[in-house]
Amino acid sequence: MDFQKAGLRSHEYEIILRELGREPNETELRIFGVMWSEHCSYKSSRPLLKLFPKEGERVLKGVGENAGVVDAGNGWGLAFKVESHNHPSAVEPYQGAATGVGGIIRDILAMGARPIASLDGLFFGNPDSAKTCRLSNGIVKGVGGYGNCVGVPTIGGKTLYDERYEDNPLLNAFCIGLVASGSIVSSQTAEPGNWVVLLGSKTGRDGIGGAAFASVELGEDTKASRPQVQIGDPFVEKLLIEACLEALENGLVTTMQDMGAAGITSSASEIAAKSGVGMILDLDRVPLREEDMVAWEIALSESQERMLLIVRPENLEAVLALGKKWDLDCAVIGETIEGNRFILRKGGEVFADLPASLIGGGCPEISWPAERPRDLDQRQSFDFPTTGFSEDLSRPLLSLIASPSLKEKAWITRQYDSMVQVNTVQGPGAPVSILRIKENGNLVAISMEALPWICSLDPYRGGYETMARSLRPLWVSGAKHLGMTNCLNFPSPENPEQFWEFSEAVKGLADCCRDLSCPVVSGNVSLYNETAGRSIPPTPLVCSVGIIEASCSPLLPGNWKKGDFLFLVGMENASIPGSHFQKFFLKHLSGRPLPPSPQMEADFMERAVMTAAKKLADSAIPLLGGGLAIALGKESIASGIGARISLEFPTHPVAVFFAEGGARALYAVPARNVPEFTRTWKGFPIRQIGLVGGDALCLPQSDPIPLQILANAWKGA
Amino acid sequence: MNASVVVFPGSNCDRDVLHALGTIAGIPATPVWHKETVLPEGTELVVLPGGFSYGDYLRCGAMAARSPIIRAVREHALQGRLVLGICNGFQVLTEAGLLPGALLSNSTLEFICSPCLLRVERTDTPFTNAYREGALVQFPIAHHEGLFFLPEKELQELEENRQVVFRYASADGSAGIRQSPNGSLNGIAGIVNRHGNVLGLMPHPERASERILGGTDGLRMWNSIKSWLEGGSK
Repeated sequence: MDFQKAGLRSHEYEIILRELGREPNETELRIFGVMWSEHCSYKSSRPLLKLFPKEGERVLKGVGENAGVVDAGNGWGLAFKVESHNHPSAVEPYQGAATGVGGIIRDILAMGARPIASLDGLFFGNPDSAKTCRLSNGIVKGVGGYGNCVGVPTIGGKTLYDERYEDNPLLNAFCIGLVASGSIVSSQTAEPGNWVVLLGSKTGRDGIGGAAFASVELGEDTKASRPQVQIGDPFVEKLLIEACLEALENGLVTTMQDMGAAGITSSASEIAAKSGVGMILDLDRVPLREEDMVAWEIALSESQERMLLIVRPENLEAVLALGKKWDLDCAVIGETIEGNRFILRKGGEVFADLPASLIGGGCPEISWPAERPRDLDQRQSFDFPTTGFSEDLSRPLLSLIASPSLKEKAWITRQYDSMVQVNTVQGPGAPVSILRIKENGNLVAISMEALPWICSLDPYRGGYETMARSLRPLWVSGAKHLGMTNCLNFPSPENPEQFWEFSEAVKGLADCCRDLSCPVVSGNVSLYNETAGRSIPPTPLVCSVGIIEASCSPLLPGNWKKGDFLFLVGMENASIPGSHFQKFFLKHLSGRPLPPSPQMEADFMERAVMTAAKKLADSAIPLLGGGLAIALGKESIASGIGARISLEFPTHPVAVFFAEGGARALYAVPARNVPEFTRTWKGFPIRQIGLVGGDALCLPQSDPIPLQILANAWKGA
Repeated sequence: MNASVVVFPGSNCDRDVLHALGTIAGIPATPVWHKETVLPEGTELVVLPGGFSYGDYLRCGAMAARSPIIRAVREHALQGRLVLGICNGFQVLTEAGLLPGALLSNSTLEFICSPCLLRVERTDTPFTNAYREGALVQFPIAHHEGLFFLPEKELQELEENRQVVFRYASADGSAGIRQSPNGSLNGIAGIVNRHGNVLGLMPHPERASERILGGTDGLRMWNSIKSWLEGGSK
């Protein structure tokens, strides 16, 4: 086997030769091939990820661990991360999605946290195609099948349809866990002279080379890639969670690591390198699912539901007993030693002897050339054909609210257990999901956002708006943000125009995080989302996490009361470019989305949080996809009551009601609170736009929409 | 007054039930590992919680029904003491022969997680004495195999013996197969044994026991059990 076949570039191979002072053998070459793949090494994205601000007062553990941890108050931490499982889900939707959920849950577990909730980001192709139907059904069933069984509620997410995801659907899985601040597990605490224990499933040939497979474009014949997809067993994962938490609670493990991409090699070498110890592993001692597996297969297998534990000699017996209690395979497979050597043995023979730090940390960065897309000016030239639209708003609202990306997603969320663990205060279907923390009484608010349409018109502004739009729902609910995690889904970085879009989007995200003091605590990059030259649009996905103190109750949507005054806060000059309206009616994305406005965001944050804390409104919703019209429609449906809207517009009504972007929200305020509400929003654009009541939504100069018709359109009934 | 909550491998509502009993309802409750052969001293109520015992492999509840602890649970039931099976726990009770019937795949062939309206059919049981007969209550369901099935003649017997305690209902109070989200015969959501001391139901009362989670209709079940154990009503 030569280095190219292993997936290495010649420059990378030269470094390996120089560092080792010899040629690597086949096992070693395969290890480097996987560990230095894009998926494991982040070699293309590392220079960009440095742009993210990572510090924050409430960050307990930041980037570099399996997941970031933020301070949730009173000695409790929240560990969270979002990760992609795009390639596997494109090939084998059920298992690809299921193992995506399982993988992120183990990342959270590896921090010592009990996983308490998941969210899923789903991006599908043409909603009418047979392929999308097969993929979306399989992916949704996979997310549910795994999450439901393992007992982690799926409490929200994001679903978007665009033909550019036809061959490359995206599955981004987010998980959050709760951990006592003093019990956070770090991968830097292993000591020499400890046992290396493998707990969980037996090791088989599934998923070998999965990380490398995720680091290139998908082939047109996805069936050929099936062997690279892992098979999940949520039942074993549930046992693994309980066993690991019990081991931690009893102080039996020094550190632990989940096994995801590149299996034993990755998890073991990471602990060794981060803790500054060496490791000797005897692959003969790994419990196998099938016979005659060779050394590199065992070392790189991505069999699911396995954890690597580092155990002091005096605790070994108790750990083995715990494995027995939970009916899990539990085997000593090696030991930690002084030094930096990572040694794999099998049948008395040494198959690999490498510096531990070189395996995970030696891969050089690649700085791909970036080039502003030649057609960008053309993309950004915008001519809004107002003449094509009547001034009636009811018909476009009814069409848009029934569009695939905006309509009700009950067919998805009903298949997810969103309530297990009895913490779900706000489940799926709202811009923000809310959990209570039994342990300290605080509430956690979580949002997930991605704006590929806006990003494809202006990746910098799109990145900025994505980040801001993920924070606004938190603020409106009354939460203060603690941090964010992101999943950067892009096509190949080797195309300079695509790399430029990637870079700009990351800069936009990073600038917004810096402007609003939101630390980035974890993340994941998924590149090469393209098939035969067909690329996904730039899709940076953000999950933001915030906290509402125990003394406050959250301000949620769907609670309009008769007689409430409706207020629109924020600027009226939002943008049609990149909006749902443009995508759905004009079929063609063009123009430039709004530029960032950090001061507006900060002002909005302050007032929104105060509004919730003072309980000034009955209901509130940030303006998201579909703008003011969709916000009014959804609030009306969820509250089961209509409203009469009167609003003068300086421009075409469509531009006011369907434009998107910027710090904006719709509040329903009871009459008695109107003076205090307006005082609270002093210094910010605010306008009373209507009154709640009746059984129809009446938009200006438009036919009233009876509630039942509006709800049926949204539900697709 | 002590409750034991059995933990099978794959149970995932055990901690929820412990929370509802212990923290919310004030009934001291302890987890019991399924490999135990005796129940803790003083156990008056045994709860088999929801989840995916043994991953639902083979058949939901089939393997858990053969766990070591089940002998003690059966003994407990035969003595006329209280056993409550929720969701997967209901499936285990039918597999263990402590309740009649079987829970088949939902008629939609999909997992369903949703709030459900139930009509309380009996209020003379240890589990429902704090409800009003015919009252509509809201508990969520979350299952893939919740279609209650019995052959016709046995179903008739079940009805004649007034063993149906909860039925899926609509807001107007009507209840039956048409109102059941999963296709359960006669809209059956929960039943007791002939003696009335063993209840199995698919909906989750522990998920409807706190205002912050959206409803408190489940609280009355815990209060019913409490007052029955305290000898307040039978």
